[in-house]
Amino acid sequence: MKYKSQAVAKPYFIAAIGLFLGQIVFGLIMGLQYVVGDFLFPAIPFNVARMVHTNLLIVWLLFGFMGAAYYLIPEESERELHSPKLALAMFWIFLVAGAATILSYLLVPYASLAKWTGNDLLATMGREFLEQPLPTKIGIVVVALAMLYNLSMTVLRGRKTAINLVMLVGLWGLAIFFLFSFYNPGNLVKDKYYWWWVVHLWVEGVWELIMGAMLAFVLIKVTGVDREVIEKWLYVIIAMALISGLIGTGHHYYWIGAPEYWQWWGSVFSALEPIPFFMMTVFAFNMVNRRRREHPNKAAVLWALGTGVMAFLGAGVWGFLHTLAPVNFYTHGSQITAAHGHMAFYGAYVMVVLTMISYTMPLMRGRAANGRVAQMVEMWSFWLMTVAMVFITLFLTAAGILQIWLQRVAAEPMSFMAAQEQVSLFYWMREVSGLIFLIGVLLYIGSFFIKGKSEAATT
Amino acid sequence: MSSAFTKSAARNIFYGGAVFFFLLLLGLTFDTMNTLPKRDNRANLTESALRGKHIWETRNCIGCHTLLGEGAYFAPELGNVYVRRGPDFIKTWMKIQPSGAPGRRQMPQFQLDEQQLDDLVSFLKYASEINTAKWPPNIEG
Repeated sequence: MKYKSQAVAKPYFIAAIGLFLGQIVFGLIMGLQYVVGDFLFPAIPFNVARMVHTNLLIVWLLFGFMGAAYYLIPEESERELHSPKLALAMFWIFLVAGAATILSYLLVPYASLAKWTGNDLLATMGREFLEQPLPTKIGIVVVALAMLYNLSMTVLRGRKTAINLVMLVGLWGLAIFFLFSFYNPGNLVKDKYYWWWVVHLWVEGVWELIMGAMLAFVLIKVTGVDREVIEKWLYVIIAMALISGLIGTGHHYYWIGAPEYWQWWGSVFSALEPIPFFMMTVFAFNMVNRRRREHPNKAAVLWALGTGVMAFLGAGVWGFLHTLAPVNFYTHGSQITAAHGHMAFYGAYVMVVLTMISYTMPLMRGRAANGRVAQMVEMWSFWLMTVAMVFITLFLTAAGILQIWLQRVAAEPMSFMAAQEQVSLFYWMREVSGLIFLIGVLLYIGSFFIKGKSEAATT
Repeated sequence: MSSAFTKSAARNIFYGGAVFFFLLLLGLTFDTMNTLPKRDNRANLTESALRGKHIWETRNCIGCHTLLGEGAYFAPELGNVYVRRGPDFIKTWMKIQPSGAPGRRQMPQFQLDEQQLDDLVSFLKYASEINTAKWPPNIEG
């Protein structure tokens, strides 16, 4: 750690990990509700559990991105953060707002929550992933703007590198596209059309910039490869991400009432979306192969390689699987979508945040890398989580194929619920994989508490 | 990557590509907005349907169901439920939840009054008449 103020990332990462655990617990609850339908009903109905599961994911990834930004931007800019106090204040505001939102989902009927939080003045709630009450949404904007002010001032007065500029552009994009969450027209087609300007332009747009910058930063550190080479890769990857991903938004416009030319635009451009992810895989392996130093933090290198591979599989391969319009006609809104969503989020965003945490946490705790045992446990957690996620994805894919056959292709199509019963075996298997994933998360958390001889801090 | 291809060339491709394709997205969006009146069934977006959309949102229906294929995959597609089941079935269904059948997926009781149920049905009717390019593949959604 070169600058004192980078330490502000630490509470962000700790909060991220805590919320991650919560996300997985609620995932397991939902997974069980898929097969034991009345589990925890009416205390926690499925829709509430799902809201908690997905919103916790979003919030903890945002914590991860913010923590990563507060760590890497001072180091890249070669100066202290403009205002560490502001960053810390924003941490507490975001944590309290996030926790209060999750608790309100669990404790208050959603309709009452909407009424009490001003949803009748400006209706923004009740849309997938954007369920947050109005004050929370405003809070997200305030926290994001304060962060962007803080980071922009740091970069403006410091060294400008490809990495800190790309990170900053990604975060600005994140904040700007979130503003579409306040636009909720009564016209359902328009509502859905612009809803994707938050959701798609985040995860298949500006978040890829953030991911690329984080990965590039860690790769420079752990491989010692020349910055020029890494930054050139970074630009090419994110160029491909936006060239394919912006018009790739069209793969969400096939069946929601938008003009049918989107089937062409969406299919052609989203078919290119795996390219930047494949380049990330090649990038990570190439840089590690050309390394000029043996970094003592082996776990961080493993996460960096893992995110390259899993992002390509989850976002690239599983995305391509159902992105072409004639295929999507059958797969749209099925368990195939769920399969893709799980591996893509894990491979791209969960793993890149964990890469960043793995690399920076030891440094913030005063050592270059954790001791041998702690790293070994962390690497076990890597494999447990990753293999479990592969199986979650495979079981959901199997469930999806069968569901589509029974409900949408067969000569005498079954009703939704009848088809669900036929595929319940795969849901059980998914739940078992989920339990393995939970063990992985617990080991991961445990690895932070393992004492032992650590590598001396070098930077 | 070869050294003839410089970092600044890569940077220019990124900024140029991002701007070009974002403008293209804006252009296609402009055209889409002009085409929508022919497809989005806005003529039937009545006051009642608008109130119904508000009920749909404030009961977090999307947390279990899909609507035009988007949402959660725990419960049936409702974009075409008006066609599949009809208005009376929908209203009765809403009134008798939860089923309480052991082990079965349960839908909460939302305590909607007659007016609210009619509004919800208007919204689902409106949604079912949007031109979705023949999706879903069959009536089961």
